[in-house]
Amino acid sequence: MLRRVNYSIILTHLPAPKVASFSRVQEYETYPFASQSLLDPALSDFRAQVLKNKGFYHIKIIRKMITIICHWLLRECSYGIIRRLSFPNGGAMVAKKKQVKAKGLTHEGRDYSAESLHKMHDMMLYIRRFEEKAGQMYGLKKIGGFCHLCNGQEAICVGMEEAAESTDYMMTSYRDHGHILARGSDPTAVMAELLGRAGGVVGGKGGSMHMFDAEKNFAGGNGIVGEQVPIGIGFGFASKYRDDKRVSITIMGDGGINQGAVYESFNMAALWKLPVVFVIENNQYAMGTSISRASAETHLFKRGISFKVPGMQVDGMDVLEVERKTSEALEHARSGEGPIIVEMMTYRYRGHSMSDPATYRTRDEVDEWRSGRDPIARLQKQMVDAGLTTEDAFKQKDREIKKEVAAVAKAAEAQSEPDPSVLWKDVISDEIPGAYPYPGQVG
Amino acid sequence: MAKITYREALNQAMCNEMERDDRVFLMGEEVAEYNGAYKVSQGMLEKFGPRRVIDTPITELGFAGLGVGASMAGLRPIIEFMTWNFAILAMDQIVNAAAKMKYMTGGQYSCPMVFRGAGGAAARVSSQHSQALENWYANIPGLKVVMPSNPADAKGLLASSIRDNDTVIFIENEINYGDVAEVPEGEYIVPLGKADVKRAGRDVTLVAHSRMTGYALAAAEELAKQGIDAEVIDPRTIRPLDEATILASVAKTNRAVVIEEGWRFAGIGAEISARIMEKAFDDLDAPVVRVTGKDVPMPYAANLETLALPSVAEIVEAARTVCNRN
Repeated sequence: MLRRVNYSIILTHLPAPKVASFSRVQEYETYPFASQSLLDPALSDFRAQVLKNKGFYHIKIIRKMITIICHWLLRECSYGIIRRLSFPNGGAMVAKKKQVKAKGLTHEGRDYSAESLHKMHDMMLYIRRFEEKAGQMYGLKKIGGFCHLCNGQEAICVGMEEAAESTDYMMTSYRDHGHILARGSDPTAVMAELLGRAGGVVGGKGGSMHMFDAEKNFAGGNGIVGEQVPIGIGFGFASKYRDDKRVSITIMGDGGINQGAVYESFNMAALWKLPVVFVIENNQYAMGTSISRASAETHLFKRGISFKVPGMQVDGMDVLEVERKTSEALEHARSGEGPIIVEMMTYRYRGHSMSDPATYRTRDEVDEWRSGRDPIARLQKQMVDAGLTTEDAFKQKDREIKKEVAAVAKAAEAQSEPDPSVLWKDVISDEIPGAYPYPGQVG
Repeated sequence: MAKITYREALNQAMCNEMERDDRVFLMGEEVAEYNGAYKVSQGMLEKFGPRRVIDTPITELGFAGLGVGASMAGLRPIIEFMTWNFAILAMDQIVNAAAKMKYMTGGQYSCPMVFRGAGGAAARVSSQHSQALENWYANIPGLKVVMPSNPADAKGLLASSIRDNDTVIFIENEINYGDVAEVPEGEYIVPLGKADVKRAGRDVTLVAHSRMTGYALAAAEELAKQGIDAEVIDPRTIRPLDEATILASVAKTNRAVVIEEGWRFAGIGAEISARIMEKAFDDLDAPVVRVTGKDVPMPYAANLETLALPSVAEIVEAARTVCNRN
């Protein structure tokens, strides 16, 4: 298959995307290993031939152009069919425009429905406001310990979730609020966890760093940098063992990537072709150490080369790009091709944690990302430009979300602290009465 | 009952459990094609195939973590460390992940898995390959620590450990692998958390685990010749500890010696003697005495190595002391 050849060493440009995001699940069910069959077989042959001569740069360009044209044609054809079905009288340009509007917008040959765009936007904004609220609650000393916010990185949480199946596993480090919210966990439970309340997502035992939701296949919330990476390949191993086609989305940061455990994991994942997407949230700083001060090779997507793990770099400030590239990475992993690295270029607006004033970077640098590349503002502009909505509607939505978040915080705060008896709960599963120590009998 | 070796007993336990539960798999260095560095997994690759008996690269932290993740996803990994000395590289996954996962996730995830391999002092391999570190693991809530001292216990305890729903640290003894004894055939279970009275006696209680159980039994024979009737108790499970069996014995003998191969400071003996002092103070006719490994890294030279380890003579001496025979 074309894709299998093309992934040989490093992937900076993946082959063309699939036709439409809304049909992804069905496509996968029908063609678990061969999404390329959606394309003209003749074209696939041509591309395979081109790949044999992959030293010729101009041929690569031609290939890419043909791909784009083909996709444009495919899309136009399908719209044409829809138009003819909907408007047997031949339709009119007005009708076509309305149809496009109803469908949302197209990005890099991939269609996004208005519904999915609104969903992604609203979730990003929700995470932003949630984190702001968390920061506020921390300032009021209502949240204790460590608290790491993900402001600026929302597109990664949301774009990946949009691309993933709900059955796919996901795990990350301690900067986890955004991811668990995007996975669909109850925001009140997440806020209650931050506040150390009984109704917290792990009953008040974990706090900010240890958010887990087994029902949503969200496995943390892991506090030791890089620790989740071997665990992530373990989930991938289980998936392969049971052959259930679930992918393990294993997230780390530009700090975590330097842990030895990561390379042990790359090696085994590649050796056994485990279905794992390694996501690196490169927000440029590992706590206060900039990437150039910590990494000899700062192109982190290349870190898998020695292990034959392909990698690609993605604009992590663009939710549609995140969605598109994650979809391709997931397809790669799900098809049995083994692991893949996706480096998401991003930036955190806040310090490493709440106690970090972030003096290691300039205000100009922060502003440049914040005002120039903000993922929420970017999607808002795309949606307004496409005529899907208005700035006023976004303002209204923002007011609603702020209200929702305030209500969530209030509800979480109203909860009681965990009952003292749960101190002894869940240490082990199988207690052995009479043996020492078992919960409640220490001392 | 057939007479088999300690390693064959372990092999039987793993094979039986893998036959009854497809979620169980064995992973580690040299476990498959090489048949195990100590031949514990002899023939298992042939029996179960490469899906379930998996050779790893030399990457302890990585495959320990893989096991943690696989167990969270619902499998039942047996992760073999060639020796427990190498598990030190995997401590983060054992201590920070496996042991805490159930608690930290409010009971949502757990890690039902077995980490197993050879522990304790080996023969003539110097400092880095000869040490008893069970007290590290026994200190940690969320872990169970199991150490069989003979082939039958090895089989029964490993089967229980694989079926247990918690993370079990299963420390075999490198010197004991070739020991031969009668072992029940077929399915055989020894429950966790239950000590075993290996020799009944009236005068003094000797508490010893793993290889030291054999030393204690040898000391008991010597003591019998001297007119001291020693009771030997093997806790078998270090954590959780069957303190009731130990306390009942002390209530009978009023004297105790605790023996361990590991270092004295904050060791298993320290814990057991503290428990006896706290709960059976009035039963004691003499202070508890500990016999432990010497507080030095293991040396290579044969004479020094012998000096560094507890000996039968030291146990005899300690028992005589608590019995006021010295």
